[in-house]
Amino acid sequence: MKYESQGIAKMYFIAALGLFLGQIIFGIIMGMQYVVGDFLFPEIPFNVARMVHTNLLIIWLLFGFMGSAYYLVPEEAERELFSPILAKVMFWVFLGASVLTILGYLLVPYARLAEITMNDLLPTMGREFLEQPTITKIGIVIVALAFVYNIGMTILAGRKTVINVVLLTGIIGLAVFFLFAFYNPHNIVLDKYFWWFVIHLWVEGVWELIMASLLAYVLIKVTGVDREVIEKWLYIIVAMALISGLIGTGHHFFWIGTPDYWQWLGSIFSALEPIPFFMMTLFAFSVVNQRRRDHPNKAAVLWALGTAVMAFLGAGVWGFMHTLAPINYYTHGTQITAAHGHMAFYGAYVMVVLTMISYSMPIMRGKKAANETAQKLEIWAFWLMTLSMVGLTLILTAAGVMQVFLQRFSEDPLPFMVVQDELKNFYWAREITGIGFLSGLFLYLYSFFAKGKEVEFEEEQLD
Amino acid sequence: MDYREPKLLPGDLAIWLFIFMELLVFGLFFIVYAVMRIQNIEMFNHYQLTLNRELGAANTLLLITSSYFVVRAVHAIRVDNVKKCIYWIYAALATGAGFLILKSVEYSDTFAAGINLSTNMFYMFYLSLTLFHFLHVILGMLILFAVAIKAQRGAYSAQNHTGVETGASYWHMVDLVWIILFPLVYIIR
Repeated sequence: MKYESQGIAKMYFIAALGLFLGQIIFGIIMGMQYVVGDFLFPEIPFNVARMVHTNLLIIWLLFGFMGSAYYLVPEEAERELFSPILAKVMFWVFLGASVLTILGYLLVPYARLAEITMNDLLPTMGREFLEQPTITKIGIVIVALAFVYNIGMTILAGRKTVINVVLLTGIIGLAVFFLFAFYNPHNIVLDKYFWWFVIHLWVEGVWELIMASLLAYVLIKVTGVDREVIEKWLYIIVAMALISGLIGTGHHFFWIGTPDYWQWLGSIFSALEPIPFFMMTLFAFSVVNQRRRDHPNKAAVLWALGTAVMAFLGAGVWGFMHTLAPINYYTHGTQITAAHGHMAFYGAYVMVVLTMISYSMPIMRGKKAANETAQKLEIWAFWLMTLSMVGLTLILTAAGVMQVFLQRFSEDPLPFMVVQDELKNFYWAREITGIGFLSGLFLYLYSFFAKGKEVEFEEEQLD
Repeated sequence: MDYREPKLLPGDLAIWLFIFMELLVFGLFFIVYAVMRIQNIEMFNHYQLTLNRELGAANTLLLITSSYFVVRAVHAIRVDNVKKCIYWIYAALATGAGFLILKSVEYSDTFAAGINLSTNMFYMFYLSLTLFHFLHVILGMLILFAVAIKAQRGAYSAQNHTGVETGASYWHMVDLVWIILFPLVYIIR
């Protein structure tokens, strides 16, 4: 570790992994409820489990992004973090708010939670993924602004590289677009329309900038390839992500009551959305092939390559499958969406955070790379989690295709619940992949504690 | 002697990757336009007549001229004439600005007539295609402007002028897209 304040990342990463575990456990509970409808009822109803599963995902990824930024920015800017204290205080504020919110979901009925938190004053609750009480949302804004301020001041006062400027652009965008969470028009079309400004412009816009810059940083570190080469790639990937992703928002506006032209704009631009992801794959493999050194942290290299491939498959290919308006007419909101959502979030954002953790955690614990046993376990965990996710995605895709045909495409469409019953076997199989994923995650967490022979490498190879 | 490998493409390879992707975006847009035009030929032909061809033609001339100016800029820097290079880039920027002004005049007429993206499919394509290109003209001008500033700081010479070629290549792409767009949307019946 070159700068002491980089160590702040550690607490963020530990919190992220803890919440990640929670997310997966609730995913498995929900997967069970798909087949055993009253599983854990009335303690944890399906809608609550779903809310906890998705909200925890967002929260832990934010912890992961913040931790990554705190680790990366001092080193790129070549100076200590502007205010380590602020970063630590915000950590506890964010963790406290997150835990209270999740407990609120679990312990009181949602309507009661809305009352307690005085949702009436500024109603923002009740929308998918933005279920947080208004007060939590305000907390998120405060944390995000403090984060942008801290990172921004560090970069402004230090060295400005393409990587940290792209990262800063990404996190400013993250903060700005979240503000649409406070806009809650009565008209349900307008409501959905602006809701996507948060959801889509996060995951298919500014988060891509964050992801690309984190990946570029790790690749520079583990391959030793010239910064100039990597920065060029970064420019092109970012430009393409924005060109396709911004107007690509239109693919959510096909059938919700917005003007017709969105069907054209949404289809054309989002058809191009796989391109930046494809370029990221090319980028990662070409950079690793041109590597100037063999970094002792093999696990981090694997995570970086895995991110590029899985993001392309999950976000690029699985997104493209149902992005054209005439296809989306039949597929929207089916298990095909769920398949895409799972693999895209895992491939792009979960994996990039795990890449950063894999690279930086050993360094924050005082060595260049984890010991041989730990790395071996981590690599096993990589494959177990990744293959489980591939399995889960394929199963949900098959379920989704069947759902579309039985429920929407056939001459004689069946009712929703009848179709769900037909899909039972798929849902059982999906639950098994979920348990596979959880075992991978346990193995991954265990790898941090594994003892073994230290990896041998030549010190002068590394900077 | 200063010997350099003859290069397949002028400028930075990265810009060609970017140009290729940009052409892919526009290409896809043009194909969709063409297919929808075939299916609604009478409507497209009817509303095409409402477009201002004179302004469109003037804009075509402006962009071709400005492409010529960047060619002169590249030639100037190849013989180490930094001053001339800068001069030609500003000339290209001026013609680019001329394009933006004329196009804005055209848009203000269109919008004043109450036309928007929802009016009909022809105007939807006309507005979105030309607006998307309009944004590219602005981006191209920003790139050329950055090149001009770097040139003023003495960053380029006869030996080292990849940056000038890179900016020029992008600008030619912006021009090329218009050269296809103009006949496709304004002229072809």
